Amino acid sequence: MTISRQTFLRLSGLSLAAVAFRRIARAVTGPKWGMAIDLAKCAGQDNCTQCAAACRQAHNVPQIPDSRHEIHWIWKEPFNRALPNQADEYSTISSAPVMVMCNHCEHPPCVRVCPTQATFQREDGIVAMDYHRCIGCRYCMAACPYGSRSFNWQDPRPYIASPNPDFPTRTKGVVEKCNFCSERISTGRLPACVEACPEKALTFGNLNDPNSAIRQLLGSRRHIRRKPELGTGPKVFYIV
Amino acid sequence: MFMLEKALSRNRSYWLWIACLLCAIGAGAICYLRQLDRGLGITGLSRDVTWGLYIAQFTFLVGVAASAVMVVLPYYLHHCKAFAKITILGEFLAIAAVVMCMLFIFVDMGQPTRVLNVLLYPTPHSIMFWDMVSLSGYLVLNALIALLTLKAEREGTVAPRWIKPVILLSIPWAVSIHTVTAFLYNGLPGRSLWLTAILAPRFLASAFASGPSLLILLCLLVAKVTRTDVPREAVQKLALIVTYAMAISVFFVLMEFFTSFYSGIPEHAESLRYMFVGLDGHTHLAPWMWLSMSLAGLSLVLLIVPRYRQSERLLPVACAMVFVSLWIDKGIGLIVAAFVPSPLGAITEYSPSAPEIMIALGIWAVGLLILTVLYKIALSVREGALFSPAPAPRVGVSA
Amino acid sequence: MRDRPIIFTGLALFLVLVTFPAWHNLSAGVTTRGPNPVLPRDQKQCIEPTAFMKTSHMQLLMNWRDAVVRQNLRQFTASDGKHYNIGLTNTCLKQCHGGKADFCDRCHNYSAVSLTCWNCHVDSQKGFANQGFRSAL
Repeated sequence: MTISRQTFLRLSGLSLAAVAFRRIARAVTGPKWGMAIDLAKCAGQDNCTQCAAACRQAHNVPQIPDSRHEIHWIWKEPFNRALPNQADEYSTISSAPVMVMCNHCEHPPCVRVCPTQATFQREDGIVAMDYHRCIGCRYCMAACPYGSRSFNWQDPRPYIASPNPDFPTRTKGVVEKCNFCSERISTGRLPACVEACPEKALTFGNLNDPNSAIRQLLGSRRHIRRKPELGTGPKVFYIV
Repeated sequence: MFMLEKALSRNRSYWLWIACLLCAIGAGAICYLRQLDRGLGITGLSRDVTWGLYIAQFTFLVGVAASAVMVVLPYYLHHCKAFAKITILGEFLAIAAVVMCMLFIFVDMGQPTRVLNVLLYPTPHSIMFWDMVSLSGYLVLNALIALLTLKAEREGTVAPRWIKPVILLSIPWAVSIHTVTAFLYNGLPGRSLWLTAILAPRFLASAFASGPSLLILLCLLVAKVTRTDVPREAVQKLALIVTYAMAISVFFVLMEFFTSFYSGIPEHAESLRYMFVGLDGHTHLAPWMWLSMSLAGLSLVLLIVPRYRQSERLLPVACAMVFVSLWIDKGIGLIVAAFVPSPLGAITEYSPSAPEIMIALGIWAVGLLILTVLYKIALSVREGALFSPAPAPRVGVSA
Repeated sequence: MRDRPIIFTGLALFLVLVTFPAWHNLSAGVTTRGPNPVLPRDQKQCIEPTAFMKTSHMQLLMNWRDAVVRQNLRQFTASDGKHYNIGLTNTCLKQCHGGKADFCDRCHNYSAVSLTCWNCHVDSQKGFANQGFRSAL
């Protein structure tokens, strides 16, 4: 059957519009994941690193003794390093420890620069890594303004003390980072760090749902983000 | 077709040079095999300083490659007859430099077997994609132009007419390869040292200083070692280009200092302070940067004063100083210093490891091998036998 | 005449190199017996028709890979309507094929098609120590 050129163009235009509309609709109505960290609660326990330990266990994150080759998904930094220029010498908050991780930015510079789309932004806002496609150029690491990414400078397996067989490891030569536990949230569970925190300092939820716990927290408490002036739109919020 | 038979000769020192290059390439290859096996951890790179010697050499060599335009433009657009004999040398230098660039990127990758993913999944919003496209295109352009013009010269004819627009295309393309390379760096929000609009002009200015100065040195070397003679006028015109470009390059660097320190914004000044003074007692880079600045200043004196620039003894010294100064500035300082301090304020210093240096030297040897073979072909086509059994008269840079 | 030794040495080297596949295989004891993968004990039916799996399992796996990683779709509906959770270790190995040594390696070693899956994915049957993990350093 033959169709006229006009009809063909109309059909293609309509189908493209339909796809775009569906995408936008899903982005608007689907979830948008975010995390809020209550700094005061986090400081409640001294030297606590349970969230980091849980993440390490769940995702086979290696523990490498050479500090040059360390791999971190979530880890602790002093306040003046994680949130520079946001507290002066007279504030009391600047002694609190801060857990930092990938901020899953709304406008991620790492996604902008990746030459193979090995790191990409999902519709639910999570900045994901495709370890099969990564060529290990480390451009994303240069682009990330938060230092959230780590590179596998060697085979990580010898440095994984208690492997989790249900989750893959990574191999040498690829970049990795926090993935907001996408494999857990797809089955309705909370991220490992959120579940492990003894003080319940981490809140994870859907930023698009005005009734979610995280939205209520953000609506009622003062909060800041890391380097907001860069326009990246981080989705990890720190309650101060 | 490639006139490769011209690259074989009976001269002993020529073969000795080739043998040395092959040894260096072999050593580099062995180290690279080790890197493939163990991972990039055998280099001096770290979680904080993720780009080092390899990417820095790549950045510098893109500049050298782009500098071919400084001989092509005057000759083909403005009919500057002095450059008639050396455009081919400039184009061959560009080919060798681009090949080195590609090799440096290749050895820097964590998963090099996946390199074709950049072409399988083209990503127009990633500057690295455009970098690959522009470098590959430049290589093809220069190879085509050089081959056709040389072949025509050998057969005593003129090159086909369609080569003219291709040559004209190579002029903006040369500018674009280094602009794209600068764009790799100066669009990143987290690296203040690079986040400056003047980075691309800086890159171009230093490219047009370092490339032609290397070309001058190569011309003088070729004149000394073979029976070719290089017109003095060509060398002097190139020297003038180097002078202006170096002056502008140094001026641009000084502009960076003013913006960073006068504005008083902490992030803007920290990397620069690390480069020249050090931060918290970490001062690895400072001696290098001061050396670079001193060489730059001295070379400008030797280049600006006409008596020195026209001196046959001092010009090579000035050119060598320009090359080394800019190599330190781009090839060591600029890339590494942007990672200090890290986005979290940590200071991790970087110095390349021995295998890393061997691989880099191996790649330089590959470039020099390509350069030697190509120059041998070009000059043999021109002069017939380059090395005669009788001792050649010492030919300097005669008119 | 002077070059005869060089020519003959070169010829001999060439003959050795060009017959390499033959004498190497002979010395390695390679036989014409084909690959024999261990079929799953409990499952009698492949997730797709066996002929399809034989020719296109790599395509299926790549589609699975992109579905999970890039589209966050973790469920697969086979052509016979059955549902599977997508997972190399948790579904392919644990539910049916046991370990890579008994199944995947049999054909892949025979055909010399090397895989990189197991650099990252964990083989549930092989011990941790045999997969490059070292216990508490």
